[in-house]
Amino acid sequence: MDLEEAKEFKERCAQCAAVSWGLTDEGKYYCTSCHNVTERSKEVIDTGAIPNTKIQAINRGLKRKRKLEKGWDWYVCEGFQHILYQQAEALKTLGVGPELKNEVLHNFWKRYLQKSKQAYCKNPVYTSKRKATVLEDNPSHSDWDSEPELLSDLSCPSFVESGAESQPDVHTQKPFPIIKASQSETASICSGSLDGVEYSLRKEKGIVKMTVPRTLAFCYLSLLWQRETITLSDLLRFVEEDHIPYINAFQYFPEEMKLYGRDKGIFAIESWPNYEDIYKKMIEVATFLDLPRFPDITEDCYLHPNILCMKYLMEVNLPDEMHNLTCQVVKMAGIGEVDFLTFDPIAKMAKTVKYDVQAVAVIVVVLKLLFLLDDNLEWSLSNIAEKYNEKNKEDKPWFDFRKWYQVMKKSVDEKKQKWEEARAKYLWKSEKPLYHSSIDRSVVYKRREMVVNLQKQFSTLVDSTPTVAKKTASSFQFNWTEEDTDRTCFHGHSLQGILKKKGQSLTTKNSLYWLSTQKFCKSYCKHVTTYEESNFSLSYQFILNLFSFLLRIKTSFLHEEVSLIEKRLFKAKYSKTKKKSSRSRKVRKY
Amino acid sequence: NSEACGLRCTESMSDFSEELIKSVTEDDRRETCELSGTGMQLPWLQKHIETVDTGGKKEKDFAQTTSACLSFIQEALLKHQWQQAAEYMHSYLQILEDSDSYKRQAAPEIIWKLGSEILYYHPKSNVEMFNTFADRMKNIGVMNYLKISLQHALYLLHHGMLEDANRNLSQAETWRYGEKSSSQEVLINLIQAYKGLLQYYAWSKKKRELSQLDKDDYAYNTASQSMRDHSWKTSVNLGALIQIPGVWDPFVKSYVEMLEFYGDQDGAREVLTNYAYDEKFPSNPNAHIYLYNFLKREKAPREKLISVLKILYQIVPSHKLMLEFHRLLRKSGSSQESMSIINCVKLFVQTLIIMTVAEKEEHLKLGLEVLFGVLDFAGCTKNITAWKYLAKCLRQTLMGSHLAWVQEEWNSRKNWWPGFHFSYFWAKSDWKEDKTLACEKALVAGILLGKGCRYFRYISKQDHQVSRKKIKRMKKLVKKYSIVNPGL
Repeated sequence: MDLEEAKEFKERCAQCAAVSWGLTDEGKYYCTSCHNVTERSKEVIDTGAIPNTKIQAINRGLKRKRKLEKGWDWYVCEGFQHILYQQAEALKTLGVGPELKNEVLHNFWKRYLQKSKQAYCKNPVYTSKRKATVLEDNPSHSDWDSEPELLSDLSCPSFVESGAESQPDVHTQKPFPIIKASQSETASICSGSLDGVEYSLRKEKGIVKMTVPRTLAFCYLSLLWQRETITLSDLLRFVEEDHIPYINAFQYFPEEMKLYGRDKGIFAIESWPNYEDIYKKMIEVATFLDLPRFPDITEDCYLHPNILCMKYLMEVNLPDEMHNLTCQVVKMAGIGEVDFLTFDPIAKMAKTVKYDVQAVAVIVVVLKLLFLLDDNLEWSLSNIAEKYNEKNKEDKPWFDFRKWYQVMKKSVDEKKQKWEEARAKYLWKSEKPLYHSSIDRSVVYKRREMVVNLQKQFSTLVDSTPTVAKKTASSFQFNWTEEDTDRTCFHGHSLQGILKKKGQSLTTKNSLYWLSTQKFCKSYCKHVTTYEESNFSLSYQFILNLFSFLLRIKTSFLHEEVSLIEKRLFKAKYSKTKKKSSRSRKVRKY
Repeated sequence: NSEACGLRCTESMSDFSEELIKSVTEDDRRETCELSGTGMQLPWLQKHIETVDTGGKKEKDFAQTTSACLSFIQEALLKHQWQQAAEYMHSYLQILEDSDSYKRQAAPEIIWKLGSEILYYHPKSNVEMFNTFADRMKNIGVMNYLKISLQHALYLLHHGMLEDANRNLSQAETWRYGEKSSSQEVLINLIQAYKGLLQYYAWSKKKRELSQLDKDDYAYNTASQSMRDHSWKTSVNLGALIQIPGVWDPFVKSYVEMLEFYGDQDGAREVLTNYAYDEKFPSNPNAHIYLYNFLKREKAPREKLISVLKILYQIVPSHKLMLEFHRLLRKSGSSQESMSIINCVKLFVQTLIIMTVAEKEEHLKLGLEVLFGVLDFAGCTKNITAWKYLAKCLRQTLMGSHLAWVQEEWNSRKNWWPGFHFSYFWAKSDWKEDKTLACEKALVAGILLGKGCRYFRYISKQDHQVSRKKIKRMKKLVKKYSIVNPGL
């Protein structure tokens, strides 16, 4: 230790901001007040300039340094490729067919690399850096079938190695035919990847830049292409439940892929994905990739509203008989048509159906048709049902809204509480901390170590048995059984008390209906008037809250979807509202 | 022109107030909507606060979950669920790695406070665990080193580990970081003072040992020598702290005790006077009590004692020393010796005589005031001495024909004292519990309220052998002195 020699180092300590340095035996500076050892060594400082990799390397012995600090040369898009690979693997273990990874996602990704001019094109962005604005490769992207050589190209091994699960040297092979020696020296100062700095600065018009949330857009697009039984809300819930790598996905990168500096901004994520955001990104990516029309969503597909409605009716413990009504609403609103349901990115206004949100909105509309949900009729109907059920204990019970509400309210509150607790306990930070620069490194690592030590200490105070074992992924969040009185199952209950015979067919006893939204925005935004919770009945609020919790979306988002379905359902009424604006209006059905 | 302006102003004012009213009624409607709901909630307000907090920008989930985690910890602590608190703590520690440097820097203190609380109460925790935690936390945020050291030492003291606590404090004492800031200085003084307190403890133990030793014992000298050493170190440690404005009762007390023991009366007086009278120090009744007790031990003149207690009277009129204060005032008010001395003095001192007479009267009046003040407090209602003094004082005051003094005091109390002290209920229960007290109170009641008062009537009707004489005397006194004119 030599305090005299350390005098010329005038920077503030990264940890305690003091300027009081000593030298360790290895010639590194350490802070005398907090004993924080920096990565800076005396020799480097003496050069008087910003530490240059080269000088530092020479000082420490070139070879050793390279190996320790640098790891492999890799590109940002390889990082994303790796994340996609992990996600596809995770989806496979969730039961998705292997074609998703090997064919669909693989091809989407290749197409992305090509469109963004990172690979599979004549002038990849890396070789020709900035001048690559004019690229004369393939003139028309619009036709998927016109690029057979792209689809059959299996040069990217990380997706195709479906047979062999082991992937030790998958990442060593690179699809980029580039010479990068010249870049690596300078680029490594601020990022672990070769192009991290450049990547974070790049802002090219018309190019959709890859981000971590967009990996989920890719996943969902492939799921949609394959017509798998996973909706977007399911996918995002699996992400939140850690079944699919997303937050800290970079920690599964091979050891030699070092991340720091700008890579942090690119790969570190501190929020869970958000439905609306990923939905938008998905459309954006699909348009950018110029994807052709997706396979048809027909009545036998999981994503068809009729099937999804059945699923959600079961999930929220409503009578099976309601399915008949949801099917009718779907039919009347015309939202069960193949053309309506199938995603076509090259159509004029690319948009896709939010299958899950829409199905749930249909159920809300049906509940409104049956019970009006004005905080009045639903309770009086419940009284009738209750009386009937008391008298006729042998018969199939009538559906009692009040009882259902009590059961659901309790279950949802419990579930929500658990969900909130689990979120509060979520561990965000990876074991492999990311740092901004090599100076930062030791501080960040030390901080990490400290947190781990403290965590160890507190975990000894916690019951040794882990309270919550990792949940298995399921598309159902509730489980209803007949036996348990607390969680009565209403699936078999009948709607008799609510319907009445009229001629040949049944109609709802309730002949009133109120529209969730009176007016729609006239402007091009197509927004629905915002959802002001307190303007609506408590039953309606409860039902919206219940469903939006299930899908982990905002209530206003669901309200909007309900309004859109009503708009389709009561087109005539809406055109009249321009003149009149009474709150509730009669709507005849059946 | 100004008129027009005024008009415009009022116009816009009324517009504005209309808007205000409108917004209020709207809010009311919203609120009632909420309140008529199932649970008590203010979601509208909550949302509003949330958006304000983040400046409209969406908060990252990391920030949101860690703050939720914090409130879960607080809730668990409140409910004494130490295990749950530890569970959440495990997750909350992540905040030390927050990318927001402001939050990261504020975190160690929060973690220390919550963590030490958990470790203090958790059944599975032990001293060793607490020590490791404290040592870790000390070195995380440099800014908290001293505070944590001090609290760590207090924890050790609590567990009877005096030596460890002392070692801890010594370590903290020598610790320096950067330029000494003022907050650091106070903390270092406090740390030194606690060290001093520990030394005082050792010293007083030695003192006790010493008192058991014979002076001729050869061990006596060594013992007294080591005591002296201790006291010297202690006075150094304590001296610095008590110069700084604050409430330092235990430190002052032990410091003075040591000074007195070694005969430094002047030093002790100075410390105490400073502690009581320095205006920079917060008002502290104990400071005056310490000074009073010291002066009493010193046999200081009565005037001096009175002046100390006068201040205490202003801060704590119900203090038990107030009866002593009354005695002092009475003595000074009725003392004859000062008069006789003054009588011998020449004419030009006569002004002084008049002053002292005025002063004496004033003391008597104050003595009455003090007694009334003491009895204003519920905790003193059964203090027989106070009542006895009051009865006596009233009699003397009225004998000295100072009816106005009594009336002055009584006017502010006549509305509530009858119910507070002289109700029928109290008469009954006082008589049952303590007959002497009842008689004294009845006398006071009779003087203040007249013969017709319930308390007096009840007691005077009691026929009891022992107190018959007393009651008779009481009746006589009431008849003579009662301030209530029966004729009116």
